[in-house]
Amino acid sequence: MIDIVLLTLLMVVAFAIIKMKDLFSVIMLLGIYGLLSASFFVAMDAVDVAFTEAAVGAGISTLLILLVITMTGRSENTTRHKPLLALLVVVFTGALLIYGTLDMPYFGSADAPINNHVAPRYINGSMEEIGIPNIVTSVLASYRAFDTFGEVVVIFTAGIGVLALLSVVPRPEDSKKITPVNDSMHEQYLVIRVVTKILLPFILLFALYVQFHGDFGPGGGFQAGVIFSAAIILYTMLFGLNTARKVMNQSVVQLIAAMGVLLYACVGVVSLLNGGNFFDYNVLSNDPVAGQHLGVLLIEWGVGCTVASVMIIIFFSFAGRREMQQHNKYVDNKDQESSL
Amino acid sequence: MIMDLFNYWVVVVLMMSGFYIVIAHGNLIKKMVGLTIFQTSVFIFYISMAKVEGGTAPILAESISQHSNPLPHVLILTAIVVGIATTALGLALVVRIKESYGSIEEEDIQQLDEQAQVESEQKTANGNQV
Repeated sequence: MIDIVLLTLLMVVAFAIIKMKDLFSVIMLLGIYGLLSASFFVAMDAVDVAFTEAAVGAGISTLLILLVITMTGRSENTTRHKPLLALLVVVFTGALLIYGTLDMPYFGSADAPINNHVAPRYINGSMEEIGIPNIVTSVLASYRAFDTFGEVVVIFTAGIGVLALLSVVPRPEDSKKITPVNDSMHEQYLVIRVVTKILLPFILLFALYVQFHGDFGPGGGFQAGVIFSAAIILYTMLFGLNTARKVMNQSVVQLIAAMGVLLYACVGVVSLLNGGNFFDYNVLSNDPVAGQHLGVLLIEWGVGCTVASVMIIIFFSFAGRREMQQHNKYVDNKDQESSL
Repeated sequence: MIMDLFNYWVVVVLMMSGFYIVIAHGNLIKKMVGLTIFQTSVFIFYISMAKVEGGTAPILAESISQHSNPLPHVLILTAIVVGIATTALGLALVVRIKESYGSIEEEDIQQLDEQAQVESEQKTANGNQV
């Protein structure tokens, strides 16, 4: 029952997003949309997914887009690009898709094709083969480790892409001038700053718990990575980029991002050298199940490092770009004043 | 039947909402928001398919025999994180577009591009005359 309510709310929020002109409200609604879908995932038994969506959909993506609209402006142009034609295309495509769903197996049916191929093998065999209670972790880190490796590489590549597009080479003489522009806005929110300082250690501790308890309960590298970076992003938003850069040195973070991918790949190479297949953890130790445990632990660690550092890099790049723009504006204004 | 397929229909509605935003709105940030809605609807689709009536979260424990399908959970879990990474890349492009065009409205950008093209054509034409 609760899932129907959540889905209805999701539709309402989506329509509100279409209607809204003010981008700030759109982003707040997008955060609500992410939180609602995370709640829906809990109702659907997908606890691991809900974790990730709550941290990403309601946390990181909202903050990231918020940061971007401070650079690009907040209001949206009211003219639409051929709205009637677009509506026609959308309704037609939607009707076709609805027609397609009529052949779908009913919601929740246990004998649907999706539940009768590899899934029973994972559910029945994973305890014996991998020895980890959380089936999602065994599938993610062991059965489909190759897949996950590809995804980690994609995340790493996206991080490099953002760096290439936005990174600013800081000039040493600028760093002093930027500080006053930046820090003045953080001083007024005393309550938020104190509460954040109290919360931060618990968020970080929770991220580590999710990382290392991922074998037994919901959790793992992806979830831990996004939760950890959400804490750092919160810190950056409240205390300014310069303070955050003192805590997390950006070049070290970049190094950690690369090391995570490397650690992941190395586990595969070591299993090759031990005479198994790529990512076959059975050969990592004398006992196959112990080998699986070691392999899963190591690659989850690699995933966590890469995801957390890439998210931090992305946020730092955007915030750094914004700082540079503000600084340029500040310098321009000064130049104009002096020329007058 | 309505209740049995309700999830999939909601997915279609959400997906089409995102699609409409992407094609009808000119603001690039709004387009990225539309893409995110579209993306999340696909996540909801996969997770709905994985649900088994009477099942619980796919974590093995004694006295529990029925589990939801873990495979879609794995696929979507990684897809969410990949999704935010690619969204960030798109937003980075939007920031650069704003810097070089001074606008993130599609129409303005196209207009500026056309102007630039006309000017460069005039230049080459003038060059030929000389």
